[in-house]
Amino acid sequence: MLKMNNVSKAYITDSVKTQALKSFNLQVEAGDFVAVTGPSGSGKTTFLNISGLLEGFCEGQYILDGHDVSKLNDKERSKLRNEKIGFVFQSFNLIPELNLFDNVDVPLRYRGFNKAERKKRIEEALDKVGLGGRMKHYPAQLSGGQQQRVAIARALAGSPAFLLADEPTGNLDSKMAEGVMGLLKEINASGTTIVMVTHDNEQALQASRIIHVRDGQVEELLHQQKAIA
Amino acid sequence: MFSYYIKLALVSMRKTPGLVALMVLAIGLGIGAAMTTVTVNYLMGTNPIPHKGDELFAVQLDNWDPNEPHSEPNLPPDQVTYTDAMNLIKSAPAFRQTAQSRTGQVIELNSEQGKDLKPYLATARTNYADFFPMFDVPFIYGSGWSKEEDKNESLVAVLSKETNEKLFGGENSVGKTFIFGSKVMQVVGVLDTWQPLPKFYDLTTGAFDEPEALYVPFTVQVANEWGRSGNTNCWKPVEGTGYQGFIQSECVWIQLWAELPNEDAKQEYKSFIDNYVKDQKILGRFPRPLNNHLNSVPQWLEVQKVVANDAQILMWLSALFLLVCLLNTIGLMLAKFIGKSGEIGLRRAVGASKQSIFNQHLMESCCVGLLGGIFGLLLTWLGLKGIQGLYSNLNASLMQLDLKMAIGSVVLAVVATILAGLYPTIMASRVLPATQLKSQ
Repeated sequence: MLKMNNVSKAYITDSVKTQALKSFNLQVEAGDFVAVTGPSGSGKTTFLNISGLLEGFCEGQYILDGHDVSKLNDKERSKLRNEKIGFVFQSFNLIPELNLFDNVDVPLRYRGFNKAERKKRIEEALDKVGLGGRMKHYPAQLSGGQQQRVAIARALAGSPAFLLADEPTGNLDSKMAEGVMGLLKEINASGTTIVMVTHDNEQALQASRIIHVRDGQVEELLHQQKAIA
Repeated sequence: MFSYYIKLALVSMRKTPGLVALMVLAIGLGIGAAMTTVTVNYLMGTNPIPHKGDELFAVQLDNWDPNEPHSEPNLPPDQVTYTDAMNLIKSAPAFRQTAQSRTGQVIELNSEQGKDLKPYLATARTNYADFFPMFDVPFIYGSGWSKEEDKNESLVAVLSKETNEKLFGGENSVGKTFIFGSKVMQVVGVLDTWQPLPKFYDLTTGAFDEPEALYVPFTVQVANEWGRSGNTNCWKPVEGTGYQGFIQSECVWIQLWAELPNEDAKQEYKSFIDNYVKDQKILGRFPRPLNNHLNSVPQWLEVQKVVANDAQILMWLSALFLLVCLLNTIGLMLAKFIGKSGEIGLRRAVGASKQSIFNQHLMESCCVGLLGGIFGLLLTWLGLKGIQGLYSNLNASLMQLDLKMAIGSVVLAVVATILAGLYPTIMASRVLPATQLKSQ
């Protein structure tokens, strides 16, 4: 599903070089629920950006679902991102001027589905996160937990093989966070691979694997063979 | 995706109405100023009779002061003397030819029929029969007079549509009579609306003035010794006395036009007038070197500087103003698109390519340009109305926005805004999604 071999990434600003990832090696199999932990500045977000094809890397190889991503141009990378990856961000990143229906519609528009197909997928995705009755509402009319559910619906609507979540509960209170985690576990149980960056050890423990990143390198702490129900 | 981009553009414009209003204002002002001056210049310089532009020629003979030209650079006078006009009308080998001038006389209706109409002063164009077919003058009733009537100094007239309205209530007045300069004139034709712009056939009395109220034979003007209501220029004193003394003088006051359908006809006519001037030199006239000109309509408009230099300068200044407005639009557009970086980052993350982002924002530029164009069109219309109010003596058709210019305004606005929006659009498509998503 996702395979990184000796991936390195350095940021160079003026004369300062910051090594974000060093010979980063990781293999994620289909159906995994991987929690990525580590202190601030350890390289978690860089890893997430590279794996989500939002950033390039300096050295190494990254294979996503059989595609060597370093060989793809912008259009091909965008297509792969659209088809294979769903994103869930800490601050939800919903477009405030669009209602829930249109927010979930955003990735589907770039996929080229027809109107009927898009409508079906949007309704299914919003139903799945329990917001099927609020399609015409705007993000500002929802709580934080509900907004994150919409973001998850947006990520799921295109049926991606792979969900990348960056601190998905970071902006939520514990009750809402619990609900969102439950939803992610359900999604994983239905076959979607999840990679989640988190600072929260309790949430990390709910994943099937925990990857600890330190100084841009991987330390695997836990590997459970069975998916968590 | 086209309709989706339009929808996104409208959503985005609703989000920042203030910025959009400023952009529309900037584009509208620039377009309004530019198109107002362009319209006036365009109409000033347009060939009013394009299908005959190379067949109609204003004739210039250099019968002027031996010590200095009529105008620089060594140009002959723009009119001819009565002597030369008559000689050429009689003998020059033209397909059609007319000498023309103007006269102002009192017009009134005779007896009963005119009891409600007060006599008034009207300006008539005095011309030859060929004038009407030469210049494709449109008639609603009747036609022009004949060459015989020119010769016989017949008291006939062609009325403009407005004059016919005034005298005869707009009905078919062919055969009816009225009084002009104390002479009973018979109507032979009534013109349809005819307001060539510029009034190319007589630029000496205002290139953009309204056409005359009626048309009478030139021979009638001379036979009745009617005065001139146009420009007269003399390079030496009039030697004789009275009307006959004046018309025998070297003063120029008649516009001479010839219709020469092809190059051979033109060459033949040119040779004729050159030989004519050589003959006249023997008689002691034409003291300057041979310098005759045949000017086609476009050449005539150019030579006579119909589009004044200051009008052109004004046009360039307004083009610069448009440029300044567009530079402002670039800044505003950049501010708007930078404000959308978060959304752009998200769209990139969920699968939009750089090209999609570029297209989306290009559409937004188009929509802003379209609004700016419509606003600019309104300002152009107001600008032309304003000029019309300031220069009420000029032909109102000069300040009218035709369909071509209206479409041109909107297209210019859209193209200019797309160009102005190109840099902000490219910048928008280059937004790094990772940076934007992190900073949310």
